[in-house]
Amino acid sequence: MNHLSQIGSYFLMLREVFKKPTKWRIMKTLILKEIDELIYGSLGIIIFISFFIGAVVAIQTALNLTNPLIPRNLIGFATRQSVILEFAPTFVSIIMAGKVGSYITSSIGTMRVTEQIDALEVMGVNSLNYLVFPKIIAMLFYPFAIAISMYVGIFGGWLAGVFGGFLTSADFVQGLTMDFIPFHIAYAFIKTLLFAIVIATIPSFHGYYMKGGALEVGKASTTSFVWTSVVIIILNYLLTQMLLG
Amino acid sequence: MIAINDIHKSFGDAHVLKGITTVLETGKTNLIIGQSGSGKTVFLKCLLGLFSPEEGEIIYDDKAYSTLSGDEKRDLRQDMGMVFQGSALFDSMTVEGNVRFPLEMFTKQSKSEMKDRVDAVLERVNLIDAHHKYPSEISGGMQKRVAIARAIVMNPTYLFCDEPNSGLDPKTAILIDDLIKEITEEYNITTVINTHDMNSVMQIGEKIIFLKNGFKEWEGTKHEIFKTDNEAVTDFVYSSELFKKVRQMYIEERN
Repeated sequence: MNHLSQIGSYFLMLREVFKKPTKWRIMKTLILKEIDELIYGSLGIIIFISFFIGAVVAIQTALNLTNPLIPRNLIGFATRQSVILEFAPTFVSIIMAGKVGSYITSSIGTMRVTEQIDALEVMGVNSLNYLVFPKIIAMLFYPFAIAISMYVGIFGGWLAGVFGGFLTSADFVQGLTMDFIPFHIAYAFIKTLLFAIVIATIPSFHGYYMKGGALEVGKASTTSFVWTSVVIIILNYLLTQMLLG
Repeated sequence: MIAINDIHKSFGDAHVLKGITTVLETGKTNLIIGQSGSGKTVFLKCLLGLFSPEEGEIIYDDKAYSTLSGDEKRDLRQDMGMVFQGSALFDSMTVEGNVRFPLEMFTKQSKSEMKDRVDAVLERVNLIDAHHKYPSEISGGMQKRVAIARAIVMNPTYLFCDEPNSGLDPKTAILIDDLIKEITEEYNITTVINTHDMNSVMQIGEKIIFLKNGFKEWEGTKHEIFKTDNEAVTDFVYSSELFKKVRQMYIEERN
Protein backbone atom coordinates (compact mmCIF):
# COMPACT_ATOMS: atom_id res chain seq x y z
CA MET A 1 0.00 0.00 0.00
CA ASN A 2 2.84 2.31 0.95
CA HIS A 3 4.58 1.62 -2.37
CA LEU A 4 1.36 2.40 -4.28
CA SER A 5 1.04 5.69 -2.43
CA GLN A 6 4.69 6.48 -3.24
CA ILE A 7 4.11 5.77 -6.93
CA GLY A 8 1.07 8.07 -6.83
CA SER A 9 3.09 10.81 -5.13
CA TYR A 10 5.85 10.40 -7.74
CA PHE A 11 3.42 11.07 -10.61
CA LEU A 12 1.83 13.98 -8.74
CA MET A 13 5.33 15.39 -8.32
CA LEU A 14 5.95 15.08 -12.07
CA ARG A 15 2.73 17.03 -12.76
CA GLU A 16 3.85 19.78 -10.37
CA VAL A 17 7.30 19.96 -12.02
CA PHE A 18 5.73 21.27 -15.23
CA LYS A 19 3.42 23.80 -13.55
CA LYS A 20 4.14 27.53 -13.11
CA PRO A 21 7.52 27.64 -14.84
CA THR A 22 10.42 29.70 -13.57
CA LYS A 23 11.49 32.68 -15.73
CA TRP A 24 13.37 31.47 -18.82
CA ARG A 25 16.31 33.79 -18.07
CA ILE A 26 16.88 31.99 -14.76
CA MET A 27 15.93 28.55 -16.01
CA LYS A 28 18.49 28.78 -18.85
CA THR A 29 21.29 29.32 -16.33
CA LEU A 30 20.03 26.47 -14.14
CA ILE A 31 19.87 24.08 -17.12
CA LEU A 32 23.43 24.94 -18.22
CA LYS A 33 24.64 24.45 -14.65
CA GLU A 34 22.96 21.04 -14.44
CA ILE A 35 24.36 19.96 -17.83
CA ASP A 36 27.80 20.83 -16.51
CA GLU A 37 27.20 19.02 -13.22
CA LEU A 38 25.25 15.94 -14.35
CA ILE A 39 26.55 15.26 -17.88
CA TYR A 40 29.93 16.93 -18.36
CA GLY A 41 30.94 16.08 -14.80
CA SER A 42 30.18 12.40 -15.41
CA LEU A 43 32.06 12.01 -18.69
CA GLY A 44 35.31 11.02 -16.97
CA ILE A 45 33.84 8.06 -15.12
CA ILE A 46 31.71 7.05 -18.15
CA ILE A 47 34.79 6.99 -20.42
CA PHE A 48 36.88 5.14 -17.84
CA ILE A 49 34.27 2.43 -17.22
CA SER A 50 33.31 2.05 -20.87
CA PHE A 51 36.91 1.63 -22.01
CA PHE A 52 37.63 -1.19 -19.58
CA ILE A 53 34.25 -2.88 -19.98
CA GLY A 54 34.77 -2.95 -23.76
CA ALA A 55 38.26 -4.33 -23.25
CA VAL A 56 37.09 -7.04 -20.86
CA VAL A 57 34.23 -8.09 -23.16
CA ALA A 58 36.71 -8.51 -26.02
CA ILE A 59 39.16 -10.52 -23.89
CA GLN A 60 36.42 -12.72 -22.37
CA THR A 61 34.98 -13.46 -25.81
CA ALA A 62 38.43 -14.25 -27.17
CA LEU A 63 39.26 -16.59 -24.28
CA ASN A 64 35.97 -18.44 -24.70
CA LEU A 65 36.39 -19.01 -28.43
CA THR A 66 38.26 -22.29 -28.14
CA ASN A 67 36.74 -23.89 -31.25
CA PRO A 68 39.04 -23.15 -34.24
CA LEU A 69 36.04 -23.28 -36.58
CA ILE A 70 34.57 -20.15 -35.08
CA PRO A 71 36.04 -17.08 -36.85
CA ARG A 72 38.03 -14.60 -34.72
CA ASN A 73 36.05 -11.67 -36.10
CA LEU A 74 33.27 -12.80 -33.75
CA ILE A 75 35.22 -10.96 -31.03
CA GLY A 76 34.51 -7.63 -32.76
CA PHE A 77 30.90 -8.63 -33.35
CA ALA A 78 30.34 -9.65 -29.71
CA THR A 79 32.02 -6.49 -28.43
CA ARG A 80 29.83 -4.30 -30.62
CA GLN A 81 26.61 -6.07 -29.69
CA SER A 82 27.36 -6.20 -25.96
CA VAL A 83 28.49 -2.60 -25.73
CA ILE A 84 25.76 -1.07 -27.89
CA LEU A 85 22.83 -3.15 -26.66
CA GLU A 86 23.55 -3.46 -22.95
CA PHE A 87 26.79 -2.21 -21.47
CA ALA A 88 26.62 1.39 -22.64
CA PRO A 89 22.90 2.10 -22.11
CA THR A 90 22.08 -0.14 -19.13
CA PHE A 91 25.31 -0.79 -17.23
CA VAL A 92 26.43 2.84 -17.44
CA SER A 93 22.93 3.97 -16.41
CA ILE A 94 23.17 1.86 -13.24
CA ILE A 95 26.52 3.53 -12.52
CA MET A 96 24.92 6.92 -13.19
CA ALA A 97 22.04 6.04 -10.85
CA GLY A 98 24.73 5.82 -8.18
CA LYS A 99 26.80 8.83 -9.16
CA VAL A 100 24.24 11.33 -10.45
CA GLY A 101 21.30 9.91 -8.48
CA SER A 102 23.04 10.20 -5.10
CA TYR A 103 24.15 13.72 -5.98
CA ILE A 104 20.57 14.73 -6.87
CA THR A 105 19.01 13.12 -3.77
CA SER A 106 21.60 14.48 -1.38
CA SER A 107 21.62 18.01 -2.82
CA ILE A 108 17.80 18.31 -2.81
CA GLY A 109 17.56 16.45 0.51
CA THR A 110 20.05 18.83 2.13
CA MET A 111 18.00 21.75 0.83
CA ARG A 112 14.94 20.17 2.46
CA VAL A 113 16.72 19.62 5.79
CA THR A 114 18.13 23.16 5.88
CA GLU A 115 14.70 24.65 5.00
CA GLN A 116 15.96 26.04 1.67
CA ILE A 117 13.00 24.40 -0.10
CA ASP A 118 10.62 26.00 2.42
CA ALA A 119 12.34 29.32 1.70
CA LEU A 120 11.64 28.89 -2.04
CA GLU A 121 7.99 27.99 -1.37
CA VAL A 122 7.50 30.91 1.01
CA MET A 123 8.82 33.25 -1.68
CA GLY A 124 6.18 31.91 -4.06
CA VAL A 125 8.60 29.90 -6.23
CA ASN A 126 7.41 26.55 -7.58
CA SER A 127 10.28 24.69 -5.93
CA LEU A 128 9.71 21.47 -7.89
CA ASN A 129 9.92 23.31 -11.19
CA TYR A 130 12.97 25.26 -10.01
CA LEU A 131 14.84 22.21 -8.73
CA VAL A 132 13.73 19.23 -10.83
CA PHE A 133 12.88 20.63 -14.28
CA PRO A 134 16.47 21.74 -15.10
CA LYS A 135 17.71 18.27 -14.12
CA ILE A 136 15.23 16.59 -16.46
CA ILE A 137 16.24 18.86 -19.35
CA ALA A 138 19.95 18.39 -18.59
CA MET A 139 19.52 14.61 -18.59
CA LEU A 140 18.04 14.77 -22.09
CA PHE A 141 21.68 15.26 -23.14
CA TYR A 142 22.55 11.92 -21.54
CA PRO A 143 22.29 10.02 -24.87
CA PHE A 144 25.33 12.04 -26.06
CA ALA A 145 27.29 10.67 -23.11
CA ILE A 146 26.12 7.17 -23.98
CA ALA A 147 27.18 7.65 -27.60
CA ILE A 148 30.67 8.47 -26.29
CA SER A 149 30.45 5.42 -24.04
CA MET A 150 29.65 3.19 -27.03
CA TYR A 151 32.55 4.59 -29.03
CA VAL A 152 35.05 4.29 -26.18
CA GLY A 153 33.79 0.81 -25.23
CA ILE A 154 34.33 -0.49 -28.76
CA PHE A 155 37.69 1.27 -28.92
CA GLY A 156 38.67 -0.45 -25.66
CA GLY A 157 37.64 -3.79 -27.14
CA TRP A 158 39.70 -3.14 -30.28
CA LEU A 159 42.74 -2.11 -28.25
CA ALA A 160 42.54 -5.14 -25.93
CA GLY A 161 41.78 -7.53 -28.77
CA VAL A 162 44.46 -6.34 -31.18
CA PHE A 163 47.24 -5.48 -28.74
CA GLY A 164 46.45 -8.54 -26.61
CA GLY A 165 47.20 -10.65 -29.64
CA PHE A 166 43.74 -12.21 -29.88
CA LEU A 167 42.91 -11.04 -33.42
CA THR A 168 44.00 -8.64 -36.11
CA SER A 169 42.64 -5.13 -36.50
CA ALA A 170 41.06 -6.13 -39.84
CA ASP A 171 39.27 -9.07 -38.19
CA PHE A 172 37.95 -6.82 -35.44
CA VAL A 173 36.67 -4.20 -37.89
CA GLN A 174 35.10 -6.92 -40.04
CA GLY A 175 33.29 -8.31 -36.97
CA LEU A 176 32.26 -4.83 -36.02
CA THR A 177 30.46 -4.27 -39.31
CA MET A 178 29.07 -7.79 -39.60
CA ASP A 179 25.23 -8.19 -39.57
CA PHE A 180 24.79 -4.63 -38.38
CA ILE A 181 21.13 -3.73 -37.66
CA PRO A 182 20.72 0.08 -37.48
CA PHE A 183 17.57 -0.28 -35.34
CA HIS A 184 19.78 -1.56 -32.51
CA ILE A 185 21.20 1.94 -32.22
CA ALA A 186 17.67 3.41 -32.09
CA TYR A 187 16.72 0.81 -29.46
CA ALA A 188 19.76 1.73 -27.36
CA PHE A 189 18.96 5.46 -27.51
CA ILE A 190 15.25 4.99 -26.76
CA LYS A 191 16.31 3.05 -23.65
CA THR A 192 18.87 5.68 -22.75
CA LEU A 193 16.37 8.51 -22.98
CA LEU A 194 13.91 6.75 -20.69
CA PHE A 195 16.68 5.84 -18.24
CA ALA A 196 17.76 9.50 -18.26
CA ILE A 197 14.29 10.60 -17.13
CA VAL A 198 14.30 7.90 -14.45
CA ILE A 199 17.77 8.99 -13.23
CA ALA A 200 16.63 12.62 -13.01
CA THR A 201 13.23 12.12 -11.39
CA ILE A 202 13.39 9.20 -8.93
CA PRO A 203 16.35 10.62 -6.96
CA SER A 204 14.66 14.05 -7.04
CA PHE A 205 11.51 12.48 -5.57
CA HIS A 206 13.46 10.82 -2.75
CA GLY A 207 15.35 14.02 -1.96
CA TYR A 208 12.36 16.35 -2.16
CA TYR A 209 10.03 14.34 0.06
CA MET A 210 12.59 13.19 2.63
CA LYS A 211 12.04 13.98 6.30
CA GLY A 212 14.57 14.19 9.10
CA GLY A 213 18.20 15.24 9.31
CA ALA A 214 21.63 14.45 7.91
CA LEU A 215 21.32 10.71 8.60
CA GLU A 216 18.06 10.57 6.64
CA VAL A 217 19.73 12.34 3.69
CA GLY A 218 22.18 9.41 3.53
CA LYS A 219 19.35 6.89 3.82
CA ALA A 220 17.35 8.68 1.12
CA SER A 221 20.37 8.54 -1.22
CA THR A 222 20.70 4.78 -0.70
CA THR A 223 16.96 4.22 -1.17
CA SER A 224 16.93 6.34 -4.30
CA PHE A 225 19.86 4.36 -5.78
CA VAL A 226 18.09 1.07 -5.07
CA TRP A 227 14.79 2.21 -6.61
CA THR A 228 16.41 3.89 -9.61
CA SER A 229 18.36 0.68 -10.34
CA VAL A 230 15.25 -1.49 -9.91
CA VAL A 231 13.22 0.70 -12.26
CA ILE A 232 16.06 0.75 -14.84
CA ILE A 233 16.33 -3.07 -14.76
CA ILE A 234 12.55 -3.54 -15.10
CA LEU A 235 12.28 -0.92 -17.85
CA ASN A 236 15.21 -2.56 -19.64
CA TYR A 237 13.37 -5.87 -19.66
CA LEU A 238 10.07 -4.36 -20.81
CA LEU A 239 11.65 -2.23 -23.56
CA THR A 240 13.74 -5.12 -24.85
CA GLN A 241 10.63 -7.29 -25.01
CA MET A 242 8.63 -4.55 -26.74
CA LEU A 243 11.25 -3.30 -29.19
CA LEU A 244 13.27 -6.41 -30.00
CA GLY A 245 11.04 -9.31 -28.92
CA MET B 1 -2.94 42.75 9.77
CA ILE B 2 -3.46 39.01 9.93
CA ALA B 3 -6.69 37.74 11.49
CA ILE B 4 -6.69 34.13 12.61
CA ASN B 5 -10.08 32.55 13.30
CA ASP B 6 -10.27 29.27 15.19
CA ILE B 7 -7.62 27.30 13.29
CA HIS B 8 -7.11 23.59 13.89
CA LYS B 9 -4.29 21.44 12.58
CA SER B 10 -3.62 17.73 13.13
CA PHE B 11 -0.98 15.26 11.99
CA GLY B 12 -2.52 11.78 12.14
CA ASP B 13 -3.82 11.38 15.70
CA ALA B 14 -1.84 14.34 17.02
CA HIS B 15 -4.08 17.40 17.32
CA VAL B 16 -1.42 20.14 17.31
CA LEU B 17 -3.45 23.36 16.98
CA LYS B 18 -6.76 23.25 18.83
CA GLY B 19 -8.62 26.36 17.80
CA ILE B 20 -6.45 29.48 17.86
CA THR B 21 -8.07 32.88 17.36
CA THR B 22 -6.08 36.10 17.43
CA VAL B 23 -5.15 39.21 15.44
CA LEU B 24 -1.56 40.01 14.46
CA GLU B 25 -1.23 43.75 14.15
CA THR B 26 0.41 45.88 11.45
CA GLY B 27 3.46 47.92 12.37
CA LYS B 28 4.03 45.83 15.50
CA THR B 29 6.26 42.94 16.48
CA ASN B 30 3.89 40.07 17.31
CA LEU B 31 5.67 37.38 19.32
CA ILE B 32 4.50 33.78 19.55
CA ILE B 33 5.96 32.16 22.64
CA GLY B 34 5.55 28.81 24.33
CA GLN B 35 7.43 25.68 25.30
CA SER B 36 8.78 23.22 22.77
CA GLY B 37 5.89 21.16 21.41
CA SER B 38 3.31 23.86 22.12
CA GLY B 39 2.53 24.25 18.40
CA LYS B 40 4.47 27.47 17.65
CA THR B 41 6.23 26.19 14.54
CA VAL B 42 3.07 24.56 13.15
CA PHE B 43 1.19 27.82 13.80
CA LEU B 44 3.87 29.80 11.94
CA LYS B 45 3.90 27.33 9.04
CA CYS B 46 0.10 27.65 8.81
CA LEU B 47 0.51 31.44 8.59
CA LEU B 48 3.09 30.96 5.83
CA GLY B 49 0.79 28.64 3.91
CA LEU B 50 3.22 25.72 4.21
CA PHE B 51 0.57 23.79 6.20
CA SER B 52 -3.18 24.02 5.55
CA PRO B 53 -5.38 24.11 8.66
CA GLU B 54 -8.26 21.60 8.63
CA GLU B 55 -10.62 24.11 10.20
CA GLY B 56 -10.65 27.86 10.64
CA GLU B 57 -9.52 30.73 8.49
CA ILE B 58 -6.47 32.96 8.14
CA ILE B 59 -7.20 36.39 6.67
CA TYR B 60 -4.35 38.53 5.34
CA ASP B 61 -5.78 42.07 5.41
CA ASP B 62 -8.84 41.37 3.23
CA LYS B 63 -7.78 38.06 1.67
CA ALA B 64 -9.01 34.78 3.16
CA TYR B 65 -6.24 32.29 2.38
CA SER B 66 -8.51 29.26 1.88
CA THR B 67 -10.52 31.04 -0.83
CA LEU B 68 -7.45 31.89 -2.95
CA SER B 69 -6.45 29.90 -6.04
CA GLY B 70 -3.02 28.29 -6.27
CA ASP B 71 -1.60 31.21 -8.25
CA GLU B 72 -3.17 33.78 -5.90
CA LYS B 73 -1.59 31.96 -2.96
CA ARG B 74 1.80 32.13 -4.67
CA ASP B 75 1.25 35.84 -5.37
CA LEU B 76 0.35 36.43 -1.73
CA ARG B 77 3.54 34.67 -0.69
CA GLN B 78 5.51 37.25 -2.64
CA ASP B 79 4.20 39.73 -0.04
CA MET B 80 5.76 37.64 2.72
CA GLY B 81 9.31 37.68 3.96
CA MET B 82 10.60 34.86 6.10
CA VAL B 83 13.66 34.54 8.30
CA PHE B 84 14.19 30.86 9.04
CA GLN B 85 15.69 29.46 12.23
CA GLY B 86 18.78 28.22 10.39
CA SER B 87 18.69 31.22 7.98
CA ALA B 88 18.00 28.85 5.01
CA LEU B 89 20.34 30.76 2.71
CA PHE B 90 21.06 29.12 -0.64
CA ASP B 91 24.54 27.57 -0.25
CA SER B 92 25.31 27.77 -3.95
CA MET B 93 24.83 31.57 -4.07
CA THR B 94 26.83 34.43 -2.66
CA VAL B 95 25.34 36.85 -0.14
CA GLU B 96 24.50 39.18 -3.02
CA GLY B 97 22.98 36.32 -5.03
CA ASN B 98 20.80 35.29 -2.09
CA VAL B 99 19.42 38.80 -1.60
CA ARG B 100 19.01 39.39 -5.34
CA PHE B 101 17.19 36.06 -5.84
CA PRO B 102 13.59 37.27 -5.16
CA LEU B 103 14.16 40.31 -7.40
CA GLU B 104 15.38 38.10 -10.25
CA MET B 105 12.46 35.74 -9.82
CA PHE B 106 9.61 38.20 -9.53
CA THR B 107 10.55 41.59 -10.92
CA LYS B 108 11.51 42.97 -14.29
CA GLN B 109 14.16 45.27 -12.84
CA SER B 110 17.36 45.88 -14.77
CA LYS B 111 20.66 44.60 -13.40
CA SER B 112 21.64 48.05 -12.14
CA GLU B 113 18.27 48.56 -10.42
CA MET B 114 18.65 45.20 -8.73
CA LYS B 115 22.19 46.03 -7.66
CA ASP B 116 21.04 49.33 -6.15
CA ARG B 117 18.24 47.61 -4.23
CA VAL B 118 20.53 44.81 -3.00
CA ASP B 119 23.16 47.35 -1.89
CA ALA B 120 20.47 49.35 -0.07
CA VAL B 121 19.08 46.42 1.92
CA LEU B 122 22.51 45.02 2.71
CA GLU B 123 23.51 48.44 3.97
CA ARG B 124 20.26 48.56 6.00
CA VAL B 125 21.26 45.37 7.81
CA ASN B 126 24.83 46.65 8.23
CA LEU B 127 26.44 44.22 5.81
CA ILE B 128 28.52 46.16 3.35
CA ASP B 129 31.61 44.07 2.67
CA ALA B 130 30.06 40.63 2.40
CA HIS B 131 28.53 40.81 -1.11
CA HIS B 132 30.76 38.18 -2.67
CA LYS B 133 31.06 35.80 0.26
CA TYR B 134 29.23 32.49 0.42
CA PRO B 135 26.97 31.65 3.40
CA SER B 136 29.54 29.13 4.68
CA GLU B 137 32.16 31.92 4.86
CA ILE B 138 30.22 34.21 7.20
CA SER B 139 29.21 34.00 10.88
CA GLY B 140 25.79 32.94 12.19
CA GLY B 141 24.88 36.54 13.05
CA MET B 142 25.83 37.70 9.54
CA GLN B 143 23.81 34.85 8.02
CA LYS B 144 20.77 36.03 10.02
CA ARG B 145 21.29 39.56 8.70
CA VAL B 146 21.51 38.26 5.13
CA ALA B 147 18.29 36.30 5.75
CA ILE B 148 16.62 39.51 6.98
CA ALA B 149 17.93 41.41 3.94
CA ARG B 150 16.54 38.70 1.63
CA ALA B 151 13.21 38.79 3.48
CA ILE B 152 12.77 42.56 3.10
CA VAL B 153 14.22 43.06 -0.38
CA MET B 154 10.77 42.82 -2.00
CA ASN B 155 9.19 45.29 0.49
CA PRO B 156 6.97 42.63 2.07
CA THR B 157 3.68 43.32 3.86
CA TYR B 158 4.30 40.49 6.31
CA LEU B 159 7.56 39.43 7.92
CA PHE B 160 7.85 36.08 9.69
CA CYS B 161 10.83 35.07 11.84
CA ASP B 162 11.31 31.60 13.28
CA GLU B 163 13.60 31.71 16.31
CA PRO B 164 15.71 34.53 14.84
CA ASN B 165 18.09 34.48 17.82
CA SER B 166 18.77 30.79 18.11
CA GLY B 167 22.46 29.99 18.13
CA LEU B 168 23.54 33.62 18.54
CA ASP B 169 25.47 35.20 21.40
CA PRO B 170 23.41 37.59 23.60
CA LYS B 171 24.94 40.73 22.09
CA THR B 172 24.31 39.69 18.49
CA ALA B 173 20.83 38.49 19.50
CA ILE B 174 20.00 41.99 20.76
CA LEU B 175 21.29 43.51 17.49
CA ILE B 176 19.07 41.18 15.48
CA ASP B 177 16.05 41.94 17.70
CA ASP B 178 16.59 45.68 17.34
CA LEU B 179 17.02 45.36 13.60
CA ILE B 180 13.73 43.44 13.23
CA LYS B 181 11.90 46.01 15.36
CA GLU B 182 13.36 48.96 13.42
CA ILE B 183 12.45 47.36 10.09
CA THR B 184 8.91 46.63 11.31
CA GLU B 185 8.37 50.29 12.18
CA GLU B 186 10.21 51.67 9.17
CA TYR B 187 8.31 49.56 6.60
CA ASN B 188 5.06 49.44 8.66
CA ILE B 189 4.79 45.68 8.21
CA THR B 190 3.11 42.93 10.20
CA THR B 191 5.94 41.07 11.88
CA VAL B 192 5.42 37.68 13.51
CA ILE B 193 8.27 36.22 15.55
CA ASN B 194 8.35 32.70 16.90
CA THR B 195 10.64 32.54 19.92
CA HIS B 196 11.31 31.17 23.36
CA ASP B 197 13.97 33.74 24.09
CA MET B 198 12.64 35.82 26.99
CA ASN B 199 15.17 38.55 26.27
CA SER B 200 13.44 39.08 22.91
CA VAL B 201 10.07 39.17 24.62
CA MET B 202 11.26 41.92 26.94
CA GLN B 203 13.15 43.76 24.22
CA ILE B 204 10.71 43.86 21.31
CA GLY B 205 7.46 42.12 22.35
CA GLU B 206 4.70 44.58 21.48
CA LYS B 207 2.09 41.87 21.27
CA ILE B 208 2.72 38.48 22.84
CA ILE B 209 0.73 35.32 22.25
CA PHE B 210 1.45 32.41 24.57
CA LEU B 211 0.65 28.93 23.22
CA LYS B 212 0.31 25.86 25.39
CA ASN B 213 -0.62 22.36 24.16
CA GLY B 214 -2.06 23.79 20.94
CA PHE B 215 -4.28 26.38 22.66
CA LYS B 216 -3.82 30.13 22.96
CA GLU B 217 -3.27 30.33 26.70
CA TRP B 218 -2.70 34.06 26.99
CA GLU B 219 -2.08 37.22 24.98
CA GLY B 220 -1.00 40.71 25.91
CA THR B 221 1.92 43.15 25.88
CA LYS B 222 5.36 42.86 27.43
CA HIS B 223 4.17 45.14 30.26
CA GLU B 224 1.13 42.99 30.94
CA ILE B 225 3.19 39.82 31.06
CA PHE B 226 4.77 41.06 34.33
CA LYS B 227 1.37 41.44 35.94
CA THR B 228 -0.41 38.35 34.72
CA ASP B 229 -1.54 35.73 37.20
CA ASN B 230 -1.80 33.05 34.53
CA GLU B 231 0.15 30.21 36.05
CA ALA B 232 1.26 28.67 32.75
CA VAL B 233 2.68 32.01 31.59
CA THR B 234 4.47 32.77 34.87
CA ASP B 235 5.89 29.22 34.94
CA PHE B 236 7.27 29.70 31.45
CA VAL B 237 8.45 33.30 31.71
CA TYR B 238 9.94 33.05 35.19
CA SER B 239 11.61 29.69 34.82
CA SER B 240 14.94 31.52 35.08
CA GLU B 241 16.14 33.07 38.34
CA LEU B 242 17.07 36.27 36.53
CA PHE B 243 13.51 36.89 35.35
CA LYS B 244 12.09 36.00 38.77
CA LYS B 245 14.22 38.82 40.21
CA VAL B 246 13.25 41.20 37.40
CA ARG B 247 9.58 40.55 38.09
CA GLN B 248 10.06 41.04 41.82
CA MET B 249 11.81 44.36 41.19
CA TYR B 250 9.06 45.42 38.77
CA ILE B 251 6.30 44.61 41.27
CA GLU B 252 8.15 46.41 44.08
CA GLU B 253 8.69 49.43 41.83
CA ARG B 254 4.96 49.52 40.97
CA ASN B 255 3.99 49.28 44.62
